[in-house]
Amino acid sequence: MLQDIISKFAPLFEKGGLLHWFYPLYEGTVTFLYTPGRVTTGRTHVRDYADLKRLIIIVWFAVFPALFWGLYNTGDQTVSAIASMANGKEIAATSFALFSQDYHYALVQLLGGTLGADAGLYSKMLIGIVYFVPIYLVVFAVGAFWEVLFCMVRKHEINEGFFVTSILFALIVPPSVPLWQAALGITFGVVVAKELFGGTGRNFMNPALAGRAFLFFAYPASVSGTNCWIPVDGFSGATPLAQWAEGGREALVNSAGDPISWMDAFLGNIPGCIGEGSTLMILAGALLILVTGVASWRIMAGVVLGAVLCSALFNLIGSDTNPMFSMTFPWHFVLGGFAFGTVFMATDPVSSAFTAPGKWAFGILIGVMVILIRTVNPAYPEGMMLAILFANCWAPLFDYLATSRNIKRRRARA
Amino acid sequence: MSENVKSPTWKEALLDPIIANNPIMIQILGICSSLAVTSSMSTAFVMGIAVCCVCSIANTAVSITRNYIPGSVRIIAQMTIIASLVILVDQVLKAFAYDLSKQLSVYVGLIITNCIVMGRTEGFALKYPPVPSFFDGLGNGLGYMLVLCLVATIREVFGSGTWFGMTIMPTVNNGGWYVPCGMMVMPPCAFFLIGCLIWLVKTFRKDLQEKPEYETHQEDF
Repeated sequence: MLQDIISKFAPLFEKGGLLHWFYPLYEGTVTFLYTPGRVTTGRTHVRDYADLKRLIIIVWFAVFPALFWGLYNTGDQTVSAIASMANGKEIAATSFALFSQDYHYALVQLLGGTLGADAGLYSKMLIGIVYFVPIYLVVFAVGAFWEVLFCMVRKHEINEGFFVTSILFALIVPPSVPLWQAALGITFGVVVAKELFGGTGRNFMNPALAGRAFLFFAYPASVSGTNCWIPVDGFSGATPLAQWAEGGREALVNSAGDPISWMDAFLGNIPGCIGEGSTLMILAGALLILVTGVASWRIMAGVVLGAVLCSALFNLIGSDTNPMFSMTFPWHFVLGGFAFGTVFMATDPVSSAFTAPGKWAFGILIGVMVILIRTVNPAYPEGMMLAILFANCWAPLFDYLATSRNIKRRRARA
Repeated sequence: MSENVKSPTWKEALLDPIIANNPIMIQILGICSSLAVTSSMSTAFVMGIAVCCVCSIANTAVSITRNYIPGSVRIIAQMTIIASLVILVDQVLKAFAYDLSKQLSVYVGLIITNCIVMGRTEGFALKYPPVPSFFDGLGNGLGYMLVLCLVATIREVFGSGTWFGMTIMPTVNNGGWYVPCGMMVMPPCAFFLIGCLIWLVKTFRKDLQEKPEYETHQEDF
């Protein structure tokens, strides 16, 4: 039935039709629902069910565990942060106005949640949703706007690549990020990092990370430091990674003042960006994209290998003044954006290397760089974003070297 | 060689470099200094004037002496002229605008190495008579200044909420509403802005677009 409606409207959008300007939009909608009605005309012809759209939907599903944990954890962190404050009971007892700075809290209360220490699973999830959904909606709408605009002007197909970019971007910002900044960040990511280089499949950098890098340098207070990780006004708490950079292993405490164990960090009971919290949930997503073959295991293995080697080297060297030297690989793995970046960002098939040796080199470069930035750089404790962006720039070179070596070897054989 | 090439009129020499052959946007010269001095409008403006002076006078001087400079030492000869002019400009700035010259620090001295000045004396003044050479130098200086001022306007307004030091948008730190964009204060931002300017100019002036070096796959609809 739906197909009938679509075919009725089709002439409107075809050449000469009333709405032919919007053909990309129409095409995007139809192929989202059905397989496209045309066949390739070039020299290559691939028959496979797995086209770009299917791959993207798989990645989209794969971030769900991390996303749901992120929602719960945002609520959990918020509740315990409020409880830890001196006026925490007053905050929890206040009823907030919907049209004010605290509209998040007001929404939670309106929907039957509570901010008090007795908050259950429902309240915590609700807090997470109330913070995440506006960010995601804004990111999605703004990013889709740019994507569709460029596609219409250039007469390109609209690709669902944007679904992944938007959800990944929304997951790597802190829950307290102002919505207009999220909009600016995704604008930069989509326009400068992706569309300027030709759109889907032609960007040399991960658009979501480029957008975050923009926020990181433009509005450092919103995505780094101590005030942004938990959306509670006046609460100040660093990420465990920053705590370690300050005072080593013993300095890791949560908002209640209890020490954080490795297991806490692995499960995700730590503040941070929305999606990066739980390494366990990210690994669940990793399993899905590895089994379906969407992401490259070589890149992930390369990142882990590089990080193991580099962190072991720093552990061996040791330092009296810099506590980061003492952080072992298991800790690096569970703190900050390491797991999320390894699984969802480094494996972006467009901006990573394409050849098998290139993928290894690409992964190892990321692994080494992230530990290097985390350990030696005094300015910021987290290095995953910058390491991946750095390696993105090198990926074409790795591919070039791999292919030219291959050509040379084959020539010698002939 | 100047005999068989028709010299451009002074008008062409002056107006051509402002958009159609802009030293920064089309020739992609002088990028280094335009990243460094455009974080505030006053430094960009002064730098623009300094380059205008140096470029036009250097062009005139080189053009007057062009028939006496042996080809083998022409670079050295041009450098001597440019360097003397730059030192002059630097001294004038130090005498009359000391604070600004401190803000500009080494960049005034580095006009010597600015590819625009050297490029114009080498590419234009050595071939053509003094009058068009003077206007060509001035035109290139103005083209440089135009881009500098555009970039500096965007960077200062959005980076600090001011323009020429006057408050346009009161920032949060001063009790206002505007959250300054830290990216704008950083030099790499000038790269993005210059890139966007090039994009803009080449969108409206299709004749300035380069031909693509190779064809990429086009969607077939």
